[in-house]
Amino acid sequence: MVRHVRTAVGSAVLLMACAWPAQVAAQSLRVPYITFTLPNGLKVIVHEDHSVPVVTVNTWYHVGSGDELPGRTGFAHLFEHLMFMGSQHVPTGQFDQLLEAVGADNNGSTTVDRTNYYESGPANALPLMLYLDSDRMGFLVPEITPEKVDLQRGVVQNERRQSYENQPYGLADENILKRLYPAAHPYSWPVIGSMADLSAATIEDVRQFSRTWYTPTNATMVIAGDVNPTDVRRQMTRWFGGIARGPAVTRRPAPPVNLETDIYATLEDRVQLPRVYNTWHTVKAFAPDDAVLNVLADVLSSGKSSRLYRRLVYEMQIASQVSADAGGARLDGSFEISATARPGHDLNELQLVLGEEIRRVAEAGPTTREMERVLNQTEAQFLGQMERVGGKANQLAYYDYFVGTPDYFQADLDRYRRVTAADVQRVAREYLLRAHRVVLSVVPQGRLQLAATQPGGN
Amino acid sequence: MNRPLRAGACPAAAFLLLAAVPAALAAQAPDRTRPPALGPAPALRLPSVQTATLPHGLQLAVVEMHKVPVVDVTLMLDAGAVADPADLPGLATFTANMLDEGAGRRSALEIAEEADFLGARLSTSASYDGAAIALHVPKRQLGPALDLMADVLVRPAFADSEITRQRDLRRTQILQQRDQPVAMAGLAFPSIVFGAQHPYGRAIGGTEASTALLTRDRVSQFYQTHYRPGNAKLLVVGDITLAEAQQLVAERFGAWERGTTPPAAPAATAAAPTARTFYLVDKPGAAQSVIRIGNVGVPRSTADYFPLQVLNTILGGSFTSRLNQNLRETHGYTYGANSQFAMRRMAGPFQAGAAVQSAKTDSSLIEFLRELRRVRDEVVPQAELDKAKAYIALGLPGDFETTSGSASQFRALLDFGLPLDYYNSYVARINAITAADVQRVARQYLDLDHFVIVVVGDRSQIEAGIRALNEGPISIRDLWGQEIR
Repeated sequence: MVRHVRTAVGSAVLLMACAWPAQVAAQSLRVPYITFTLPNGLKVIVHEDHSVPVVTVNTWYHVGSGDELPGRTGFAHLFEHLMFMGSQHVPTGQFDQLLEAVGADNNGSTTVDRTNYYESGPANALPLMLYLDSDRMGFLVPEITPEKVDLQRGVVQNERRQSYENQPYGLADENILKRLYPAAHPYSWPVIGSMADLSAATIEDVRQFSRTWYTPTNATMVIAGDVNPTDVRRQMTRWFGGIARGPAVTRRPAPPVNLETDIYATLEDRVQLPRVYNTWHTVKAFAPDDAVLNVLADVLSSGKSSRLYRRLVYEMQIASQVSADAGGARLDGSFEISATARPGHDLNELQLVLGEEIRRVAEAGPTTREMERVLNQTEAQFLGQMERVGGKANQLAYYDYFVGTPDYFQADLDRYRRVTAADVQRVAREYLLRAHRVVLSVVPQGRLQLAATQPGGN
Repeated sequence: MNRPLRAGACPAAAFLLLAAVPAALAAQAPDRTRPPALGPAPALRLPSVQTATLPHGLQLAVVEMHKVPVVDVTLMLDAGAVADPADLPGLATFTANMLDEGAGRRSALEIAEEADFLGARLSTSASYDGAAIALHVPKRQLGPALDLMADVLVRPAFADSEITRQRDLRRTQILQQRDQPVAMAGLAFPSIVFGAQHPYGRAIGGTEASTALLTRDRVSQFYQTHYRPGNAKLLVVGDITLAEAQQLVAERFGAWERGTTPPAAPAATAAAPTARTFYLVDKPGAAQSVIRIGNVGVPRSTADYFPLQVLNTILGGSFTSRLNQNLRETHGYTYGANSQFAMRRMAGPFQAGAAVQSAKTDSSLIEFLRELRRVRDEVVPQAELDKAKAYIALGLPGDFETTSGSASQFRALLDFGLPLDYYNSYVARINAITAADVQRVARQYLDLDHFVIVVVGDRSQIEAGIRALNEGPISIRDLWGQEIR
């Protein structure tokens, strides 16, 4: 029950790839909802689930680190922290105090594409949640002081120390991203941002950012749980109806992404064992090959029976860990395979086998059994998300933002059902085998000879 | 780039989209000068626990939840690390880990593959007090998944080749603990608080030396002794009835030999407390210092369970708790500070902790000690007490929302032999706690004069500052808690 972390959701673009909800076999997955839009442009989605007397409010602002400018990296996430520091009618500290006093939890998170906030608690707490959320949507900026910015800057810098700098391999991500993307591309830096940019953020940045992005037109709110839709509509109108619409949101086009060549780099870290990361560009979320790439990642590394675990960890015993992740975001997607060597082995040994396995799946594709296994796991994950109103609420907001249809659960699962072995084979060839990548070696300090080297290179 | 247009929704939604909210409604300005009044909090509605005893002595408990077609099955065994032989810490966790590395007719990889194929999660684990085999599975695959679970429980192979493989993997994992300051603190702190003579003071995941001694014989012997039906309980939660569960389980676990139920683990004595001391574990170059402060706490059976829950919520068990507010929201020294009483069958540790900016290590320790003293010395104000009680009591329904959430709540009752209707009186018992109760347990269980204070950080940056605090001597330790001279 303890909440101590306001998370910057981790590794840059590899964000939304994990757990999806859904239902099995012949049953169709449905999360019924109603939706309405207030005159100021705030879109509201309501889902009733009376099985447990709880309610959740999940607000998505359609702004993330992907909307930041160079020199202000990490600002979207710093702003997220400031959203808990009180607003015009809610004194500093009261946001959390009031919610805990009625048995509710709350938190927020920032990704490359969006920032979300939720409160979750007993069903009678809904008016308080809407009061607090509306106050910080409409009346935040006048209360932000340089002291509050300095304080949360310190907290966020400690978040960076705790989650990145003081973690083994914790700086791998930012070292990959800056090589995978051109410097002007907002996915070229991690959500947490750089220490220097966090230090440079000013109160004027806060005002500007709020005016631009934290407006009713740029938000979607999901209210889910033991609620009455008519009552929700009345309360939403009451608390949010008077907030000014704000200017229309315009987004800068992102520069094109393309790797012209393989890029090799090495980072020394305070680690016992070397680890290699291979990262390729793929496709945006919900693009035609997005689901196929997720299936490929599962075939390669989901569970002990996956191809890479079996070869590297179980049979050859040259790696202690291996993982493959696919992730599509709003502007781009990526595919990453990483593996950690066991004592006495170097990263070239691992790269050789990783290369063999990629070629094998690109040449022969997965087996029927592998395809069924991955689909069954995917269906079970969809089902898991249906258990919690908080999970359903966030997913409704996610689908609404990315595909424009909140109840996209069944359609999303159907994407996975349509994937064929030939598709998986094709994407392995197209996005991995025939494409360039960033290869980052993280090695113990002074042990550069363990790094992966470019075949035929110097 | 704008988000895509709506691709079509259910008819009700489409209708409501057209019906725009009248502007007049929006114009009514709400009263923002105070938080809105709330209606009464919903009552906690809990599913009941049904029980049965299977023919060979295995106790079964079933909780029906039919919302989503999934089932959670948890088999709990008194086979935890408290049963580790003194020369072989890590045997209980290793034995649990070996259960699914080949069993029945299936190899290690075939078991994993079959579970994945069924869309099931099957896990085996051991804590200090017990071992568990846990299954989470879509209802329609429950039968085949239970077949798998029964193999893992009743027919583990413990092949030499798999023992060797997992032993080597564990060696690598133990090596990698040196990379993680939180893991280092997690080894050093209990070792110093409890001492090597107490099972809670020994490394639950084993040491480099003990891992080398793991053999098929030792694993097999531990399994034969401790994995017995009279030593186990089975909890089934989800889309299932008691009758269904009884039949499914009896069919599959019937072959499990009753054997001899081993005696309960003997009581153990923790190391005698010494005067408050700082134990410094050097991690050169660390960006933060990981702090753990505490002492031997209480067992789960303590009569002070409810006041301690309230105390801990106030001290470090919620976002607005004193430690987090002070170290994070007032000073910005950390991303989060917390505290907990780990309640086990025997008294577990109380610990408060945080990862703090290296340069603020001494300042953070001052604030930790200030808060730990204050909660003993001063009566908690009524509003703060009320908030903490409400946070615990009103948050309870959310803990029962999912099958796995409910399973972990009910599992605690079975693990500790608590009455099955325990949660029915939970809220009333929290609500009865007074500020005097909180102060009494703070004084009784926060042993300031004997605190063990472990700091894992860059010694060259932090030692002088800690010494200057004048709050206790410094002892230099390795990650196992052993003194370095």
